[in-house]
Amino acid sequence: MAVTGKDYLSYFRIFRLNGFLVATFGVALCVALPLCIVLSFLATTSSDVWRHLVDTLLLRYISNTLLLSFCVTIGVVCIGVPAAWIIAFYRFWGRTTLSWLLLLPMAYPAYILAYTYTGVMEYAGPLLTWMRAADMPDWVMMPFLHIRSLPGAALMLSLVLYPYVYLLARAAFLQQSANLMEAGYTLGQGRLSVFRRIVIPMARPAIAAGTLLAIMETVADFGTVQFFGVQTFTTGIMRTYYGFGDTAGAAQLSSVLLGFVAVLIVLERHSRNRIRYYSDQMRQLDQAAKHLTGLSAFGAQVLCTLPILLGFLIPTMLLVNWTVFDAQLQSLWQLAWNSFALAGGSSFLIVGVALLIAYANRLFPTRSLSYMTTFIGLGYALPGVVVAIGILIPFGIFDTWISEQLTSWSVKPQLWLSGTLFAVIFAYLVRFLAVANGNVFSGLSRIRPSIDQSGRLLGLSQTGVLTRIHIPLMQGSVLTAILVCFVDILKELPATLILRPFDFNTLAVRAYELAGQERLIDASPASLCIVLVGLVPVILLNRSIGKL
Amino acid sequence: MMLMRFIILAFVGMCSSSVAAAEVNVYSSRKDVLIVPILEQFEKQTGIEVNLITGKASALLSRIQSEGAASPADLLITVDAGNLHRAKAADLVQTIQSKLLESRIPSAVRDPKMRWVGLTRRARTIFYAEDRVDPKTLSTYENLVDDEWRGRICIRSSSNIYNQSLVASLIEVHGESVVESWAKGMVANMARKPTGGDTDQLRAVAAGQCDLAISNTYYYGRLLDSERAEDKKVVNTVKVFWPNQSDRGAHVNISGAAVTKHAPNYDEAIKLLEFMVSDEVQAYYAKVNHEFPVVDSATVSATIQSLGSFKAHDLNLSILGENNKRAVMVMDRANWQ
Repeated sequence: MAVTGKDYLSYFRIFRLNGFLVATFGVALCVALPLCIVLSFLATTSSDVWRHLVDTLLLRYISNTLLLSFCVTIGVVCIGVPAAWIIAFYRFWGRTTLSWLLLLPMAYPAYILAYTYTGVMEYAGPLLTWMRAADMPDWVMMPFLHIRSLPGAALMLSLVLYPYVYLLARAAFLQQSANLMEAGYTLGQGRLSVFRRIVIPMARPAIAAGTLLAIMETVADFGTVQFFGVQTFTTGIMRTYYGFGDTAGAAQLSSVLLGFVAVLIVLERHSRNRIRYYSDQMRQLDQAAKHLTGLSAFGAQVLCTLPILLGFLIPTMLLVNWTVFDAQLQSLWQLAWNSFALAGGSSFLIVGVALLIAYANRLFPTRSLSYMTTFIGLGYALPGVVVAIGILIPFGIFDTWISEQLTSWSVKPQLWLSGTLFAVIFAYLVRFLAVANGNVFSGLSRIRPSIDQSGRLLGLSQTGVLTRIHIPLMQGSVLTAILVCFVDILKELPATLILRPFDFNTLAVRAYELAGQERLIDASPASLCIVLVGLVPVILLNRSIGKL
Repeated sequence: MMLMRFIILAFVGMCSSSVAAAEVNVYSSRKDVLIVPILEQFEKQTGIEVNLITGKASALLSRIQSEGAASPADLLITVDAGNLHRAKAADLVQTIQSKLLESRIPSAVRDPKMRWVGLTRRARTIFYAEDRVDPKTLSTYENLVDDEWRGRICIRSSSNIYNQSLVASLIEVHGESVVESWAKGMVANMARKPTGGDTDQLRAVAAGQCDLAISNTYYYGRLLDSERAEDKKVVNTVKVFWPNQSDRGAHVNISGAAVTKHAPNYDEAIKLLEFMVSDEVQAYYAKVNHEFPVVDSATVSATIQSLGSFKAHDLNLSILGENNKRAVMVMDRANWQ
């Protein structure tokens, strides 16, 4: 059969598109590998440790994890959504500054926030010592006394995690069409009613995505709950791994955790029930924004300042105070540089992969791809050390295999993947892909498919649609994804700790080393430095997002 | 774009590394600030380059295990006998062949088959509020469960390896069921839910939240050496008590090291260990973290000497590793959080 030029072209296009799909599946499989390794431990016979946990602690792990997730959900939504709403729909003095200050708590690892607050608030700390000396009544001291508790942990986590909800919700609010809201007003609805019946439902995918990220981060958190003595699933996993030295048991517990998060994701999807909202023209919201003055402006300012105060200013002042007056100072330049470069490079890579996957989903919306995407996002809910184990095992097998192949070439056995920065970066990819996905997907989902079609009709190639239409339209989401990944990687500890090459340290490693020796005050310069390095992209990217 | 180029440049620069002639690779769960000065001194003296990664013991073990025969690890340093035992049980270490180490390190603080050796000792003991507790009423770990101490003791979580080792030693002496009721008694006598680290327990005693605390000695030593006013207040009001002096002695543990099974630089690893047991290095190594040297002839720091001398439980520490799992389970059943 003769192949005409035209046929050949279409054949080529299908082939190329399939190549794109193959690449996507290839990357996705790599990311899925560590998760599959963790799940594969389910097939191993359960140890007596598992039996013991079922008998003693499992129920408490489950109930505490659920309760903590619930409290954090309430916390991040109650802080993040109102803040985003105020910033997006009102104009008042200080709004621009507050809009990026609200992101700052994100630079804090939750456990460092926990360390600083307990340093001041616990029974032996200066605050309660002063209160006791001043003979304050018990009910005043009570909340401070019980900072090391489940509500305390929920508060700490909410304070550092609400920016996820804030960022995504604000982006969704800003990209909403003013037309719809005006239609609501025209139909006699009040501001609150429009907010409840139009703005929130439209922004719901974004809010849900942000909350889901916060929950996943919560269930993966170890530092805070450990420090506060709250027994969650993650403390159980760590206890099984560190205390019993039982990798299989730890992996089995992790699988249960994965199941829990998968159920959450499915429930969220189901409740959304395939509803898609697409914005019309990107009309500037400025016209719909209300100017606030006087008392109402003051109210807005206070509401937006409170989370910044609690989640950033107070702990930073404490850290600065300790750094200046108490800590033993040492040079952190090299560490700051390592952290910055590693987080920067990795976050670009992760967002690149997220874009690839998001596009595959848009161009080929098949069920298998969608399941795959959900699955590889689960890494975010795993404690870093479990991800690290899931990487150590296949990398070890690969290294051993390569070494065996190369012995005939008289190459000395050595490690090709284990103990390299590649392993560390790969761990970040597995762990934080969900964060990038959340942002990139919600950005892409707001672009109507008909825009793609118009673009194609007007003669743009698929790549042209990407570069000329999508990238400009979703620049904000992509930048946000990079920012969030950057900050997350900067704070990441357990996977970095165990996978890193010789003599390679980051700020988080240094802060941990000192905090782990109970030298919290000496850890404050490194903690402060994490926050400062984290601020660089927060400020830079916020400016780019703001310009859109 | 500038930012992006900058990041890529940094990234590439970071990925390149160099190779040295004679080297020894150390996987350490002892924090780097405590060990780096000694490693640097060793490098200077011998010309052997030391490469270091630090991390939690279990994670380092996982890494050595998955790296298999190709593992670059030569020396594993941990801060607890239990983890050394775990490395031995998983067949990740080999016999340390050195007459010098065998003669310098007392047999109680090394593996009978020389699969691991202790490098420093620390004691886990009782601290009391001087103004509220008469030390005459204190005697043993066992007596801490007396009604007299109801709601007066601060101790950290059972996730902590030091508590696990203490309980493991008690299991060796009394058996599991006796220790389980002891653990229940301890939980009943706790002044608060176990939170924070050892230093936090000492601070809580000073602040009056509890009257007794269990802590490792070096946390107290660190407070003794501190310049901060709050720390001085703690050591002025909280004093050390050595339990079980009329019977087996106070519970001690070690920080130690093992040579990995596939160590590519076995000789260098032994050299480093031998370097670490000289009187001078022992004295320094123990001093930086306020511990006791394992070598008897090494001098004890003035700070630690001020705690007074005590009788230590003469238990071979591999027992702690063997009993570790049972210890954790006992504490779980006793609801020791």
